[in-house]
Amino acid sequence: MSPQSGGIDVFIGTVRDATKGKAVIKLEFEAYVPMALKEMEKIAREAFYKWPVQKLLIHHRVGVLQIGEVPVIIAVSCAHRDAAFEACRYVIDKLKQTVPIWKKEIFEDGEVWVAAHP
Amino acid sequence: MKVNVLAFGIAKDIFGSSSVSVELPEYGTTGKLKQLLEESYPRLKKLASYMVAVNNEYASDESVLAANNEVAIIPPVSGG
Repeated sequence: MSPQSGGIDVFIGTVRDATKGKAVIKLEFEAYVPMALKEMEKIAREAFYKWPVQKLLIHHRVGVLQIGEVPVIIAVSCAHRDAAFEACRYVIDKLKQTVPIWKKEIFEDGEVWVAAHP
Repeated sequence: MKVNVLAFGIAKDIFGSSSVSVELPEYGTTGKLKQLLEESYPRLKKLASYMVAVNNEYASDESVLAANNEVAIIPPVSGG
């Protein structure tokens, strides 16, 4: 929070219990940590450049997560809500494209690395 | 020259290890590395796509590699 901030947009990702109608037991996240941090910083810098962002947080967990737990949080504070919404959306969308983090879905009958195969 | 290649996600499953060592010609490129890896590990070709990172930066196929570079195979990312 800061006195100039008029709006804080927070995105909280949570682990769903199903994907494409199939029950998910839990998720496992893996990261190439040094490069992930570097790519996150690039995304943050882009957000600060494109919008009048005052404060920005990108948080991502690794390891095993149970249903309902929180793997990712993005928080952006700006003077006005439009910028906060747009910047927050930009950051989570870009994180999903460039940050080297991988999600494995664990089912009753096996596990799948998301997006690995066409 | 010998290049150590880190593997994550499904690439680690394909290699059966978190890293593999690849013998590359001097001034070998990322493209050449991918070709050699695909010959040894054909399952790589079935991935939707994959990138190569050199010293924590995404690299194009034309990038020339050096033995001391930190090289990694980056299968499709799925963070968030």
